[in-house]
Amino acid sequence: MKAHIAAVTDPILKITGLDKTYPGRGAAPPVKALDNVDLEIRKGEIFALLGPNGAGKTTLIGAVCGLVRPTGGTIEAFGMGLKDDWRKIRARIGLVPQEMAVDIFETVHHSVTYSRGLFGRPADDKRIEEVLRALSLWDKRDSQLRMLSGGMKRRVLIAKALAHDPDLLFLDEPTAGVDVELRRDMWKQIDVLRELGVTIILTTHYIEEAEEMADRVGVIDSGRILLVDDKASIMTSLGRTEANFALNAPMTAIPASIAREGLALSDDGMALTFRGGDGAGGGKEAVAEVAQQLAREGIGYSAIDVRESSLEDIFVKLVEDRPEIAA
Amino acid sequence: MTAGFNAVSAWAIYKREVARAWRTVFGTIISPVLTTCLYFIVFGAAIGSRMNDIGGVNYGAFIVPGLLLLTLLSESTSNGSFGIYMPRFTGAIYELLSAPVSVAETLVGFVGAAVTKSLIIAAIILATATLFVDYTIAHPVLAFVYIVLVASSFSLFGFILGLWADGFEKLQMVPLLVLTPLTFLGGTFYSIDMLAEPWRTVALFNPIVYLVSGLRWTFFEQSDVTIGVAFAATAGFLALCIGIITWIFRTGWRLRD
Ligand SMILES: Nc1ncnc2c1ncn2[C@@H]1O[C@H](COP(=O)(O)OP(=O)(O)OP(=O)(O)O)[C@@H](O)[C@H]1O
Ligand SMILES: [Mg+2]
Repeated sequence: MKAHIAAVTDPILKITGLDKTYPGRGAAPPVKALDNVDLEIRKGEIFALLGPNGAGKTTLIGAVCGLVRPTGGTIEAFGMGLKDDWRKIRARIGLVPQEMAVDIFETVHHSVTYSRGLFGRPADDKRIEEVLRALSLWDKRDSQLRMLSGGMKRRVLIAKALAHDPDLLFLDEPTAGVDVELRRDMWKQIDVLRELGVTIILTTHYIEEAEEMADRVGVIDSGRILLVDDKASIMTSLGRTEANFALNAPMTAIPASIAREGLALSDDGMALTFRGGDGAGGGKEAVAEVAQQLAREGIGYSAIDVRESSLEDIFVKLVEDRPEIAA
Repeated sequence: MTAGFNAVSAWAIYKREVARAWRTVFGTIISPVLTTCLYFIVFGAAIGSRMNDIGGVNYGAFIVPGLLLLTLLSESTSNGSFGIYMPRFTGAIYELLSAPVSVAETLVGFVGAAVTKSLIIAAIILATATLFVDYTIAHPVLAFVYIVLVASSFSLFGFILGLWADGFEKLQMVPLLVLTPLTFLGGTFYSIDMLAEPWRTVALFNPIVYLVSGLRWTFFEQSDVTIGVAFAATAGFLALCIGIITWIFRTGWRLRD
């Protein structure tokens, strides 16, 4: 039993002390894109790497997939070291890049078949058909990529990454520039892959996306991993709802009947602001309660503006809470 | 580094590159053949009829190996360079870099495809030449080996060019400013014996002279330099290109940031 537990918690990917400094070109100074990154990914999980533009997400993925040469640190995957066993490791990893980068004159079927071969897997038309059907690309299999829409091209990139049946899949901003419907579709696809036991690491700018998809979330900024935690606890500890009630008449003080933690009155008495709850939806309930209480007390308001914490707010708060990482 | 050769991957790259050439069959095959025909018409038929034999070989026949080489060099170089430059340019190279392939599979795939194209073109040119001049090849097997050697060397050279170039301009600059002049001055249309000193000695520093001489020897058993030297020079160039490419892959130069 004990051995079993150990096996389950063995990381599928283990990154230790990873550094990457891009050399400066000409007048441009060197860029430290990864700064002593430690990260462990568990087998079978969906891990979201959350961070703003330039945080180092793509660089981190590139270091694992062989696109970027790290300046320091070690990477292990499937219990092997990347330095020595890169061939075995890469054969089991799939990558969906952030940028649309394909030979646009190739047909969908050729492109995906090529990917499978390139990763050393024997030709298997049935498997290719399965992958194409799963991504609703089968009808487009003989189309050249240039004739597909942006969203369709993105699916082709996913199909190419899945063609060799990887155990570990990197999705670099899978839903960037994708409409709401396709985004839902993508989330469903990712769920299907999870069922199949594929471990997935995805990057995103959107906290909702991390919330929707991931089991665990890692927050990265300026090349440093700020924290790694279960999604639920991150949302609870960092998520916030903020609501502004624009009052019809100025108030001098908050009536005791509606006073609650997180509720504040603006200096001019014209706006009531609530800040609280957590990313798990508690905040919205509180806002609804405040609205009902205001109605009950006969306090009129002309507008409510509710918003959830943005990723930026979370970074600000993270840095405020942990001054050592702001240094 | 894990040893071994990933034949499935190399084959996948090769097939795809050949298919890519097939998509642009006009540019790949028709245009070099057309150019060669024009040369034969002008130099072989029109001017050649008024030229003396060179070393006992009719001038029209004399230029066949030179013309073949002219096309072989430029086609091998451009096939080799575009194959790797395009994915670098579009970013599609990410897939190759993330795949379980090393320099060996990459070269066999890309350069193998470039060489295949060059050999097809060479065969078509030799066939076309028979329409204009009479010639026989003294050592067909050696000629074939030599053509393969030259096609491989210059496909590799093109591959290096495709890795080095950071714009289309550079990609076209080297063939245009280096390869074409050296080829024309390398005895494609004449024997360097026809040059006066010091130009004859200067010409011996042109590596193309050895290629043309070697190939011409396999056709007519006569050449400007001995066949052994010519073979050695060509093989040396091939080894140099492989060495440079191995270094590039090991250091990631122009491939990995
Ligand atoms: N090839 C490169 N040369 C120099 N600097 C680079 C290179 N690639 C990335 N950088 C720099 O490294 C830092 C991290 O970039 P990276 O692309 O990893 O960020 P990211 O988190 O993926 O951002 P985004 O969300 O915009 O995709 C940035 O400051 C970026 O400018
Ligand atoms: Mg990125």
